[in-house]
Amino acid sequence: MRLPISSEQVRHCRKLAASIAQEVKAEISPLSTVSVERSLLRLVGIEGSNQESVPLVNCFIDQITGQRALEDGALYWLSNTILATGESPQGIAERVGAGSLDLVRLPRQPRRAIEDLCRQIVQDALVTLFGKQRQRREMEESLARAPSPWLYVIVATGNIYDDIEQAKAAAEQGADAVAVIRSTAQSLLDYVPEGITTEGFGGTFATGANYRLMRGALDEVSRRSNRYVRQVNYCSGLCMAEIAALGVLEGLDILVNDALYGILFRDLNMIRTMVDQHFSRYLLGLFDTIIVTGEDNLIKTIDAYEEYSIVLVSQFINEQLAKNAGMREERIGLGHAAELDPALQDSFLKELVQAQLVRQLFPRSPVKFMPPTRYKSGNIFFAHALDTLFNLVSVWTDQAIVLLGMPTEAIHTPYLQDRYLSLESALHVRRAAGSLGRELRFLPNGQGAARARQLLAKTEESLTRISEDGLWNSLASGAFSAIRRTRKGGRGYDGVFRKGQFYQNPFLSREIVRRARRETAAT
Amino acid sequence: MSERRSFIRPYGDRLNDGAVQLSFSLPMSLSARSREAAKSIAGRLGLDQIRLVSALDLGNGFSFYILYGTTMVEIDDQAIHLTEVERPLLDFWRINQLLEFELKKRVTVVGATIGTDAHTVGLDAILNAKGFGGESGLERYPQFRVVNLGAQVPPDEVLEAAREQRADVVLVSQVVTQRNAHLENLSLLAEMLEAEGIRQDLLLICGGPYIDSQVALEVGFDAAFGPGTTPLAVASLIVEELLRKAQ
Repeated sequence: MRLPISSEQVRHCRKLAASIAQEVKAEISPLSTVSVERSLLRLVGIEGSNQESVPLVNCFIDQITGQRALEDGALYWLSNTILATGESPQGIAERVGAGSLDLVRLPRQPRRAIEDLCRQIVQDALVTLFGKQRQRREMEESLARAPSPWLYVIVATGNIYDDIEQAKAAAEQGADAVAVIRSTAQSLLDYVPEGITTEGFGGTFATGANYRLMRGALDEVSRRSNRYVRQVNYCSGLCMAEIAALGVLEGLDILVNDALYGILFRDLNMIRTMVDQHFSRYLLGLFDTIIVTGEDNLIKTIDAYEEYSIVLVSQFINEQLAKNAGMREERIGLGHAAELDPALQDSFLKELVQAQLVRQLFPRSPVKFMPPTRYKSGNIFFAHALDTLFNLVSVWTDQAIVLLGMPTEAIHTPYLQDRYLSLESALHVRRAAGSLGRELRFLPNGQGAARARQLLAKTEESLTRISEDGLWNSLASGAFSAIRRTRKGGRGYDGVFRKGQFYQNPFLSREIVRRARRETAAT
Repeated sequence: MSERRSFIRPYGDRLNDGAVQLSFSLPMSLSARSREAAKSIAGRLGLDQIRLVSALDLGNGFSFYILYGTTMVEIDDQAIHLTEVERPLLDFWRINQLLEFELKKRVTVVGATIGTDAHTVGLDAILNAKGFGGESGLERYPQFRVVNLGAQVPPDEVLEAAREQRADVVLVSQVVTQRNAHLENLSLLAEMLEAEGIRQDLLLICGGPYIDSQVALEVGFDAAFGPGTTPLAVASLIVEELLRKAQ
C-alpha cells in the first residue's frame, strides 16, 4: 500500500538532515558534560549514594568540578587515584562520598600509566556488559518471536512494586513492551536517584534498583509465557547519558531518547542536550538497544493538520543525529503521532496517509506510533472508539511499535482494566486487519497521494531552511512548533565543559571496543 | 422532556427505572467466588436487580467485571446545591466592546502552569490565538494583551512577571493533581501575591481538569474552571469581574 512519492526528494531530505547533524557533531565533539562523566563512572561499576543520599557519582563529579579539575574528566581522575592509592573504583567513590578523600590533591601519576589503566578499566567494563548482552539475546532467541506490531503499554503507579504487579498482568494480557513512566519532572533533575522507590508523582522514579526489579519480573513472565517482554524507560532530560548507562547495565531493551524533546518541552540547554544525546546514543548503539524518539509531542500544541510536516523534519534530523552517534537504522525507532481533530472530514484517511508516509520514509526504522490524546475527554467510550481506529491505522500501515491509547487517557494513569481493554482491542485489530496493507492500494491520483506529496515538499522546504540557518539558530527562531530557545539559555548549560588535554574516554575508542568484543567472544 | 420533574433518578430506557452501569477490577483470579464478590460489592453499593454481564480474567491474580443494576436513590431537583454558578456567556464583540468603552483599558493577562507541571495544553487552549472548541483564544481579542509564560514556572517568577507586566489577570493552569501537588503550588502563589501587596489589584484564576472549584476559592483564588472550559467562558468571567471591581 505505497504512496507515490519521489525517491529523489526523499534522498534530498536525508542529505539536508545529514548536513544539519554534521554541523552539530563538529561543534559538540570537543565538549563533554557532567552527566556524560557520571555515566562513565556508572559504566565502570560505581553505584550507591552517601549518607545524605547524594549519588556517589555526583559526589565524585561535584568534587572535581569544585576543584576546577572537571576538564580532565572522570576517568582520568579515577585512574590517577587508583594508581596513587591502590583502591577500587567503588572504594574510592565511597571515600569521596564520605568526604575523606580529596581526588585532586593526590600526586599526578605518569600520563602513560593513567591512559593504560583507563583503557584496561573500560575494556573490562565492556567485556562484562557485552557478556550480559549476549545472555539476554540468547534468552530472547530461546522464546517465541513476538508478532508485529509490538504492543507497548505504560505503567505509572509511583510505587515500583505496584508497577510490577500491573506490568506482569499486562504482559500476561498480551503486551510486548512495558514502560514505566517516570515521576513528573525527573527529567529536570541533574542526578539519578538511588535505590528502590515507592513514592512518585505521575510516575515512578527511574533508578538502577527499580530497573533491576522490573527486569526480573518481566523475565519471569517472559519465560512463563514463552514470549520475550521488552522493558522500556525514558532517557530524555538532564541525565540522558546516565540513564542510557543504567539501561545498558540493567538490560533494558528500549529507551525513549529524543534529541530535541528536552530542549523544546523541558527548556533544557541545547548544547548540553546535544552532547548528552550523542553519548547516550553512542552507548545504546554499542549494545544494540532500540531508541524511540518523541516527535508525537510536536503536534500537541499546533495545528496538527496544517503543520504536520514538522514531525517528518524532526524525524529526519533525529535519524541523522543517531547515525552520527554510530546507531544503525534498525535500532532508531522514530516516534510519531497522526492524531487529527475528529471533527475534521476524512480525518481517518488523513491519519492513515501520515502514518504510511512515515513508514515509507524510514523503512528500516522500528517506527513507534503514538495514540490519540489531545481530543480525548472523560468520555471513555468515545475514547475507546478513537483508540480502535488508531489501532487499525497502526496495523494497516505496519508500524513496528505501537503505544496503546487508553480509554481513560484524559482522566488518570491507567487502571488495570483500562490496559486490559486497550490490549483486547489492539490484539483483535492485529488479528483482524493484519493483511489489509498488502491487499489495498492508494489511488495514484487520490487525496492520499496529493497529501503525501504536499507533506514531503513542505518537509524538504523546512529542512532546506534549517540547513541554511543551522540547528541552533533554527531552535532560536521557533522553527519547531513555534517554541523559541536560545543557545546558552535553558537548564544545564553550566554542566557543559571543553575537554582538557588529559581527558580520557576510551569507551569511544574503536580499538578498545573491538578488543572487548573479541575477549567476550572467546569466553 | 418538556415537563419539569422535581425528583430525578438515573434513566436507562424508562423514566425512573434507576438503571446504573458499573465496572471495576478485583485482586482475585476469576472464579465462582470472585463473581459472587463482584455482585456483593454492587449490592453493598445499594444496587438492586444486579446483573453481572461480563467477567474477565486479567491475569496475575486479577479480574474485571461489568455489572448493571438499579438504584432507588432519587434526587430532589429543587434541593440541588451548586458551587459553580452557571453564568451567561458574552460573545467576542461584546467582550471587546465592554473592555474598550466601559472598562476603558486593554487588559493584561499573565498565564502559566506552575511548579513541576509541564502540561500546557489547557493553558494554550485558553490563551493561544488558535483557541479551543472552535473559539479563538484570548490572544485574538484586541482588548487582551496575553503574556504566556509557558510550563513549569516557579510561583515567584509568576509573581515577578505579574508585577513587571502590570497584570490585571493571572491565569494558572494545573493538570498534574496527583497527591494534591497542585494545591501547594496554588496556595503558595496566592500567599505570595498577598504578601507582596498586589493581590487586590489582580484577578486570580486557575483551571484544570481536576481542580475542585470550592477548594480553589478556599486557597484564595477568585475563580476556578474545570474541564471543557472554552476561551469565551474565561473571557466573559474576566470582563464581568473587572467591571464589578471597577465599580
